[in-house]
Amino acid sequence: MTTATAVHSPLVVKDLKVYYHTRRGPVKAVDGVSFELHRGERLGLVGESGSGKSTIALALMMAHKEPARIEGGSIVLNGSNVLDDNSEQVRLRRLSEIAMVPQGALNSLNPVMRIRDQVIDGLKDHNVSMSDGEFANRVAELLDSVGLHRDVASRFPHELSGGMKQRVSIAIAISMNPSVIVADEPTSALDVVVQKQVVQTLRDVQERIGAAAIMIGHDMGLMAQFASRIGIMYGGKIVEIGPVSNIFKNPKHPYTRLLISSLPDTRSKRRLEGIPGLPPSLLRPPPGCIFHTRCPDAMDICSQEIPPTREIDALRYAACHLYGDDDGKVVDL
Amino acid sequence: MTVDYVLRRLGMFVLIIFVAGTLNFAIPRLRPTNPVEERMNQLLQQAGGVHIANVKEMIASYEERFGLNNPLWRQYLNYWIALAKLDFGQSIAYFPADVTREVMRSMPWTLGLVGVTTVMAAVIGSFFGAWLGWTRTPIAVSFVVPLLLIVTAVPFYLLGLLMLWVFTVFWPILPGGGAHDPLLAPAFDLTTFIDIIQHAILPGAAIILSSVGFWGLGMRGMMVTTMGDDFIKLAEFKGLKERRIFLRYAVRNALLPQVTGLAINIGFVVSGSVLVEVLFAYPGIGNLLYTAITSNDYFLIQGVLMYVIFAVGLMLFIVDLIYPLIDPRIRYRSA
Repeated sequence: MTTATAVHSPLVVKDLKVYYHTRRGPVKAVDGVSFELHRGERLGLVGESGSGKSTIALALMMAHKEPARIEGGSIVLNGSNVLDDNSEQVRLRRLSEIAMVPQGALNSLNPVMRIRDQVIDGLKDHNVSMSDGEFANRVAELLDSVGLHRDVASRFPHELSGGMKQRVSIAIAISMNPSVIVADEPTSALDVVVQKQVVQTLRDVQERIGAAAIMIGHDMGLMAQFASRIGIMYGGKIVEIGPVSNIFKNPKHPYTRLLISSLPDTRSKRRLEGIPGLPPSLLRPPPGCIFHTRCPDAMDICSQEIPPTREIDALRYAACHLYGDDDGKVVDL
Repeated sequence: MTVDYVLRRLGMFVLIIFVAGTLNFAIPRLRPTNPVEERMNQLLQQAGGVHIANVKEMIASYEERFGLNNPLWRQYLNYWIALAKLDFGQSIAYFPADVTREVMRSMPWTLGLVGVTTVMAAVIGSFFGAWLGWTRTPIAVSFVVPLLLIVTAVPFYLLGLLMLWVFTVFWPILPGGGAHDPLLAPAFDLTTFIDIIQHAILPGAAIILSSVGFWGLGMRGMMVTTMGDDFIKLAEFKGLKERRIFLRYAVRNALLPQVTGLAINIGFVVSGSVLVEVLFAYPGIGNLLYTAITSNDYFLIQGVLMYVIFAVGLMLFIVDLIYPLIDPRIRYRSA
């Protein structure tokens, strides 16, 4: 997982730490997260609120704001570390190398600008020079690709439905063929039918432009529809990561297991089970494994040592003391 | 659709004029004093207590002249007929001067002074407010906020008195009152222009200082709200240039309520700025209105107020017409 793959992978995140500095000390929202995105791959990051998934999205965009600070690690985007960039370089990378599809809230578009102008201004500020006619064609093409009529270009945001607005956001995100698309709960505030359509659209355009995508959310169903690989986050760490079907069938980490058994199942009429306890304080995280306070399988060692990440199966990684050297070797992701 | 919208707004405009015009007729007549009698007594006192035998008859003939002896409904009807002809009658205090002529004589001064300073205060205030509300503005700049608060909180007649003393007594570089040098023959030349500007500086500064804080704080509040909106976040994720985010996304949206505010204020310009004009002896509408009120001059009061009502109503009508152009969410469809 060193330089050789870094050249080929559009995004390599290593030991990323993002802390929110409060008066009572640093809140370790993201604490040593590593993952790699391959070309054309779709990674899903799931976890309950406060697990740090949205903070990762902000950090990838370098859009985290005070009191959040990146305390360590690296974000290597197309071979160079974003953390070494100045603010103008960061600005130029947005949209052209890494683009964001925001939360599906209803007002992520400027209410006083026509859709056309909101697509074009991003291109213009990245020094794309085209004639007006060419810009218009590009907008029409982008709208087409997300399943919107080209007339939408001359509309204002309030004339569109929530799903249409989110499609426009996707069109904007792919307008410069970025190598990475970050989607932070892109379907929140949309109704269920529209959610599926929007996720499908995102998937289609991602495949078409060959970008790697990372989707953040807590809806396991949508994740299964979208992602090829899934990472489970808990308390600022990725506790398990692996191919999506594999994880669903055979969860390794106790948290993942509980998360999956908390999903409703239409085929069996079993009682839904929640996960007992509350998420840990990230201001004063428990010692050892951060999940041990809620873990049904907790052992003595869990409250003493932080479990290393092991490769338990091919492409399956989990950080849990249930697994020893016989189950898989310790890896440095 | 659009014709329908304009007609509706026009109807609203007419309704405003009607209601306000009726109040304008009624309110001065609620005063218990008889204006003609009061004026006569005033004149008699000035004449030094001379006894005139037929004062009562004089009062009666004046009342007849002004139609004050008619029953109220008749006066009301005459009032609207005269209004339709833009005839506001004659001033009681300045008899036989025409109300319209008096108003027209004061109007240019007020439009020049209050009109210009109102727009200036709105522009300066909104600019500062936008700057203060922008998250990337250095923290050091925020000292302007308490400054704006203080300037706004100090009553501006106090500020005006202070300025009068500083610039006309302590350090006499500016004229203390009036709109121009009475000895100067008015002409379209540079000397006249400079003279008029010099006379306008103090009252103008008083008006700007007293209102700039409202504009600034209002704009800052709107900016702060707008900066928290999702579309600002997406604009940042899009890697737009700061200048564009500031102007096209933040200021453009935060400015919308300010436009309405400015239009209403421009409407009120024709009423002048009573305190400032009186303080600086500026011969504008505010001063005229003050004189009219202190001398119980019904017709002059009504004339001035009618112009104000008309101007405010007209500006609101204009705002209604242009607002859909600046905010696409408002449509030329009626509500």
